[in-house]
Amino acid sequence: MIESTYRDAIRQALLDAMAVDPSIILIGEEVGLYGGAYGVTKGLIDLYGPERVIDAPISEPAIVGAAVGAAMTGMRPVAELMYVDFIGMTMDQLANQAAKSRYMFGGQIGVPMVLRTQGGTGRSAAAQHSQSLEAWVMHTPGLRLVMPATVNDAYHLLRQSLTQADPVVFIEHKGLYTMKGALDVDTPDGAWGAPVTRRAGRDLVILSYSRMLHESLAAADRLAASGVEAEVIDLRCLNPLDMAPLIEAVKRTGRAMVVTEAVVTGSVASEVAARLSETCFDWLEEPILRLGGEDIPIPVSPALERGSIPSAQLIHDTARWLVTREAPEWAA
Amino acid sequence: MNAVTKPANTAALDRYRMMRRIRSFEERVGELFLKGESAGSMLHLSIGEEAVVGMTAAMQAGDTFTTHHRGHGVFIGRGGDPARMMAEIAGKEDGYCRGKGGSMHIADRALGHLGANAIVGGGIPHIVGAGLTYRNTRSGQISVAFFGDGAMSQGILYESMNMAALWHLPVIFCCINNQYGMGTRVDRSAGHRDFPGRAEAFGLNAMRADGADVEAVHDAARFLAGSAREGRPGFLEIDAYRFYGHARMDKSPYRTPEEEATGRARDPVANARARMAAEGLANTAELDAIDTEAGTEMDHALAHAIAATPPALATMFQDVYAPGTPAPRPHAARLMHVLGEGARA
Ligand SMILES: Cc1ncc(C[n+]2csc(CCOP(=O)(O)OP(=O)(O)O)c2C)c(N)n1
Ligand SMILES: [Mg+2]
Repeated sequence: MIESTYRDAIRQALLDAMAVDPSIILIGEEVGLYGGAYGVTKGLIDLYGPERVIDAPISEPAIVGAAVGAAMTGMRPVAELMYVDFIGMTMDQLANQAAKSRYMFGGQIGVPMVLRTQGGTGRSAAAQHSQSLEAWVMHTPGLRLVMPATVNDAYHLLRQSLTQADPVVFIEHKGLYTMKGALDVDTPDGAWGAPVTRRAGRDLVILSYSRMLHESLAAADRLAASGVEAEVIDLRCLNPLDMAPLIEAVKRTGRAMVVTEAVVTGSVASEVAARLSETCFDWLEEPILRLGGEDIPIPVSPALERGSIPSAQLIHDTARWLVTREAPEWAA
Repeated sequence: MNAVTKPANTAALDRYRMMRRIRSFEERVGELFLKGESAGSMLHLSIGEEAVVGMTAAMQAGDTFTTHHRGHGVFIGRGGDPARMMAEIAGKEDGYCRGKGGSMHIADRALGHLGANAIVGGGIPHIVGAGLTYRNTRSGQISVAFFGDGAMSQGILYESMNMAALWHLPVIFCCINNQYGMGTRVDRSAGHRDFPGRAEAFGLNAMRADGADVEAVHDAARFLAGSAREGRPGFLEIDAYRFYGHARMDKSPYRTPEEEATGRARDPVANARARMAAEGLANTAELDAIDTEAGTEMDHALAHAIAATPPALATMFQDVYAPGTPAPRPHAARLMHVLGEGARA
């Protein structure tokens, strides 16, 4: 067990995986000499050389497409998109090519690649560099989707992604790179596809992932101070997602809210809430709530940016409202 | 005094003044960041690329353009108001985009600025559409896309150039080659470095001009703008150098001090100043006065941006859709509907 940053844990996962699997190559903008726009791949080119750590021109569709082809022919490429916001440019290669090859070609041609990228708000990077676009990925059968919130998960979920037979989209959060936490390279927090309970509680379940997990945990601490015990579950792997533990928790508490940073309309939160409504209907005391980013593009002004996504305070207030039925001041 | 050359001389002096204003502006953007007053740190300065004024000065009122993320200089060249630009960079309400866009997304419909873009290559195809508008309406306008050498790797540029040539559009693709896309020098992103050659292969009028010499850029730009207005699209590479880091946090560890010294010696502002003096178009006192005036103007822009008020929280819901259509419903309203009084009545 060591202390590591989220950034270093991802780097360590790449470093360790490349050491044992010579078919792993990295391809992306500034991943080599520069060491990654957020420093994640620093030094890897010195260890593994420019044939395995490949600096690409600013050509996102071809970066992802080349990764598809390399994966089809025996390599295990990790394509990096500097910002998840650029995924739109690569959507054909991702959603029509990578995701569908196995199926369209009758199971003959798999695409074992990882698309690493990062998203989220927090840097006043404005509307084209701050989004949370995981729903676009989850909406595509054939793609796997992972969003680590903790340092240990950053390491292990990436190692696990690098053993999958199918394409995995691995989305980091730009606001977590400098976060410190415990890293145990021998022990994952949970199995691939399994959610992890980060805090136990009896009154309601808060389901979250990525950076919003930490806001949810902070909210749960505040709730505890006033006698409300929230269970907080980290979804981690959004697809595949093992629903059984979520269903168990929701039936036990009768109340649930899903908290994300992404806009709510058409979101992962909406999907999870719908599944839980279908399966837990008779056990629910209250409707399942979704709390996420407002349904707007991300504004550059720091106050507006902050105000457009949930805070620990908002999660706390909403959870209390759900449990006590006493409206918070801002809703009265 | 010679009546024929006087207007041209005045214009050259105007181009010098414009370049000096751009440099002073960008220096103040750096100060805004250091004072902690900018909205974020994704601020891309165009210092070293001021000769783009050779292109902006060849455009006319009514012409439109798009820029990349390093577009402050281009917009000042087209008449942008430094105070409103700086306010936008600070994320303030009276900025060009009401604090929604910031440094990478300044736009001004009135001055023909169809928008700065943070997606490399994202604004390029818009001039193809603008070109269709101007061709079909016979309006005589042209549209210019400004982008960096990095966008030379984006497929959409090539699709756009082909359409422009195929449909005889009044457009110009203007590549400001500052030798770097973030930490990647052009020789590490292009297998073959002849950018005008690529454009020529699509059938465009293609030229390269020395970015240390605004008059050379202007000569090329005037020719290309004249042809574009007649339906022959053009491509111009401005060969320049990015004097500082990619954005404010980047110290360019991937460049040698020697390379930077050589690059910064190719200074279009200093060159133009020397030329004004050498050709007797202005004496040192007059040039100093221009410089001081630019500095004062940009000091005011900086002070204005710092003093300006941030947008009210509720403005975040405005302009997602056109006025008159319902704005997105805030969560608070949705939660009220689910949990509030009467929700279960
Ligand atoms: C589609 C896309 N890919 C990558 C980036 C990240 N990025 C921002 S600026 C930049 C370098 C651009 O270089 P260039 O086009 O030469 O413009 P310069 O910054 O040199 O003015 C990169 C890679 C982006 N914003 N958009
Ligand atoms: Mg460049």
